[in-house]
Amino acid sequence: MKLSELKNYQREQYQFRLRLGVAALVVLFCFGLLLARLFHLQVLRYDHYQTLAENNRISLVPVAPNRGLILDRNGVVMAHNFFAYTLEITPSKVDNVEAVIAELAKIIEITPNDRKQFKKFRDQSHSFESIPLRTHLNETEAARFAVNRYRFSGVEIKSRLFRHYPQGKLGSHLLGYINRINDADMKVLEKSGDISNYKGSDHIGKDGLEESYERQLHGTTGFQQVEIDADGHAVRVLSSTPPIPGDNLVLSIDSKLQDIAEKAFGNRRGALVALNPANGEVLALVSMPTFDPNLFVDGIDSENWKLLNGSLDKPLINRTIKGTYPPGSTFKPFVAMAGLENDKRAPPFSISDPGFFTLPGSSHRYRDWKPEGHGHVDIQRAITVSCDTFFYGLALDLGIDRLAGFLKHFGFGQKTGIDIGGERSGLMPTPEWKAKRWKQKWYPGETVITGIGQGYTLVTPLQLAYATAMLANNGTAIKPHLVTSIQQSLNGVTTPLPIETVDRVPLKSEHMDLVRQGMVDVTRPGGTAASIGAGATYSIAAKTGTAQVVGIKQGEKYNASALDERHRDHALLVAYAPAEAPRIALAIIIENGGHGGSAAGPIARQAMDYYLLGKEPLPPVETPDAATENLPND
Amino acid sequence: MIKFWLKQATHHLDRFLLGMLLLVILIALFVLYSASGQSLAQIGRQVANLGVALSLMWLVSNIPPQRLESIAMPAYVLGVLLLIGVFLFGDVSKGARRWLDLGVARIQPSEMMKLAVPMMLAWYFARREASLRLADYGIASLMLAIPMGLVLKQPDLGTALLIGASGFYVLFLAGLSWRLMLGLGLAGAAAMPLVWNLMHDYQRKRVLILLDPSQDPLGAGYHTIQATIALGSGGLAGKGWLHGTQAQLDFLPERHTDFIFAVFGEEFGLLGISLLLVMFLLIIGRGLYIAANAQSMFSRLLAGSITLTFFTYAFVNMGMVSGILPVVGVPLPLISYGGTSLVTLLIAFGMLMSIQTHKKLVSN
Repeated sequence: MKLSELKNYQREQYQFRLRLGVAALVVLFCFGLLLARLFHLQVLRYDHYQTLAENNRISLVPVAPNRGLILDRNGVVMAHNFFAYTLEITPSKVDNVEAVIAELAKIIEITPNDRKQFKKFRDQSHSFESIPLRTHLNETEAARFAVNRYRFSGVEIKSRLFRHYPQGKLGSHLLGYINRINDADMKVLEKSGDISNYKGSDHIGKDGLEESYERQLHGTTGFQQVEIDADGHAVRVLSSTPPIPGDNLVLSIDSKLQDIAEKAFGNRRGALVALNPANGEVLALVSMPTFDPNLFVDGIDSENWKLLNGSLDKPLINRTIKGTYPPGSTFKPFVAMAGLENDKRAPPFSISDPGFFTLPGSSHRYRDWKPEGHGHVDIQRAITVSCDTFFYGLALDLGIDRLAGFLKHFGFGQKTGIDIGGERSGLMPTPEWKAKRWKQKWYPGETVITGIGQGYTLVTPLQLAYATAMLANNGTAIKPHLVTSIQQSLNGVTTPLPIETVDRVPLKSEHMDLVRQGMVDVTRPGGTAASIGAGATYSIAAKTGTAQVVGIKQGEKYNASALDERHRDHALLVAYAPAEAPRIALAIIIENGGHGGSAAGPIARQAMDYYLLGKEPLPPVETPDAATENLPND
Repeated sequence: MIKFWLKQATHHLDRFLLGMLLLVILIALFVLYSASGQSLAQIGRQVANLGVALSLMWLVSNIPPQRLESIAMPAYVLGVLLLIGVFLFGDVSKGARRWLDLGVARIQPSEMMKLAVPMMLAWYFARREASLRLADYGIASLMLAIPMGLVLKQPDLGTALLIGASGFYVLFLAGLSWRLMLGLGLAGAAAMPLVWNLMHDYQRKRVLILLDPSQDPLGAGYHTIQATIALGSGGLAGKGWLHGTQAQLDFLPERHTDFIFAVFGEEFGLLGISLLLVMFLLIIGRGLYIAANAQSMFSRLLAGSITLTFFTYAFVNMGMVSGILPVVGVPLPLISYGGTSLVTLLIAFGMLMSIQTHKKLVSN
């Protein structure tokens, strides 16, 4: 070894040992820290922990929080809680569950349905969990069990909180419901880290507001430190952290308006969405038929489930956000706006309508709903009389890309972002979409029919209402929402939720005037929905629409009465009022309802009369059958 | 004759280290008997684990450090490949993907990396000994980060932490500059608020619960609360063997594995714990002594890293049980029930012994 190398080696060795020394100091320091901590625990705090261990059998019992209330805009309760007695069995503490149930049935009524429910819950739960056999025991039943209690170990009467929807079927789709927590919910809770907050809870929100505002509604679970005797019974509460009840939701919904609208539908299927165009508040969100969410609270029984889930009317589907329909002629005001804003068809432009439209170099006739045509039509009259020919030409002139690009601003083909889940985005077709979805090229004829809301275009009732509200609000789109503010249950402090502006299209006021005037004339004598406007003290802007359910061949005539009810056209209507200073915008779809003006018009009028004038409809509500009336087809 | 063979066979065992290890292991069996609810069957299984682990330790102690050095890189590469295998085809158990089924046997490659990583890094620094530059630390960090990331992904925070520690110790002992460590430490601290802002609410909640388990007394905090009660009520002298109420009455979760230290502390008190700490210190001290007197760069770094990793193991476990560190799944070395980590640990001690007993006589 050379000297320099040796030196180098020695220096390295020295440095290494220095580092080892530092590490050794760290080791000593850490062990010292540990000793200090243990000295603290085992010597200084010995008495404290000694007591804890002595009583140990201290057990932490979760205390479930009260779920928040749901109130409408006027404070009407739409969801609340009440206490009720339940008879519960802990299977692990019982030798023969069947025998115990048979014995219990002698003193308390237990229906076959209760047994079925119990079996279902038992299969989903751990054997050490307490499982309800009967709910809503009355005082007499509770007392009768109390007397016999000594005979039933492992059986208990518990007081549990139940969710109740006092309005029954009213607004069930927007409220949603709660249901027992199942394995899938557990996994989700575990993943989100909320599982320990659900230690005392049996239920979780499913669907609607109950689901989307679960976090706010649920509250924070409290817990009690309880001393437990050898049999596991609580002897004394040592300390308790009370639960924090869930927050209350204050809705923008007017339950009276909701009720009037639901009743106006009668037994017809469909949807209505009413918005305040100025701030995006949802005033009514109607999906018909509805169902009673109270059925779900204790776990729905199989008969009711079959009835609801198997029904052809699909009452469980929230049509306002999940139903997608061709917009039909309700699309025309938006197409007209697209034309005007792109410098097409501004007055004095007009066409002479022969009753059909043909593409250059083709003999295929795109028919107007009025076979003889509308004569001379400018853009305003085109809206009023719903002139198909005018909009065929306009759509073709704009081209699909420009049309779709503009209409996207009105929210077509996109989710509105309403504060309940499951919303569908509808469809605003484009050549790229078609190439991707169908691997086919786009044909000009498809642009032509997009101009009158037919073809691939699909909208949800909410989207239609949203677009109408935007039109009414001079091009400013505000995210629709059901909850306006959140109220803390303990102190009543109310926090309003922010109003979110989604898009702002600088629509020219002369264009707005044209479209509005066209829509106002719709509700005047000679318009397609003259009946809505009849006798109204305020002016209404509206547009009717009809969406085909089955296609009609060239040269064939649509004959409503000859068609099966479920193959009849869907009736649509969009409207806002008062036309000059809109306070309400709405969209209505009546499935297989026939003509938009005659079927949906009266519903719209009743809703607006109530909301704007406080006028309630006179019972009973008549439901005119549109198909038999000889009205314009569009 | 027999004496000669015995001498040959134990020639490479470090007497002092062996003695201390056996003493701790003996105590561990008593604690385990208590913690397992006086189950002889469990003691039997642990004794079998010990048999395997001690034999492997003996075997490894007979391998000269030069041989260990020559297999460092292949072992590391194999380990990383196996970890990638786990990532792609591993078996999921208890929510984590840790095991790889090779048809003949199921193996846990992350365990092997606890040794392969410090070996690899020590090998790397030994090779670069003459011309060590800053970039070498960067390369070494990368070699450390790859297996660590893969293990974190499984997810196995405890093992990743130990692998990380074992690698860091090599870097540290190889002379990573103080200024750089300080700089990186400060940069890390400065990045915290940024990371915090990027996290989701539920992730923040998890971090907060990790740092302060008492926020979640029904969930993650339950272990810590019960362990603290067990330790505190043990007092100075303990409640006596088999007399810990927390342990015997089922209040302590995972009491024969990760939380066995609470059983020990409850039954033997602060005095018992102090004795255990002293024994641990003697083992660590012997390890550092071996490192300080090792003859090659490789064996020096490896011995130092093994010893300090053992310390980390022990400190992290005792710290989490007594509530000064967050709860991560790290067993108490030599004492917790389980074969896998015991085997790794004793193989590591075998390496230490090999380093100590294969010294050539040099005169200078």
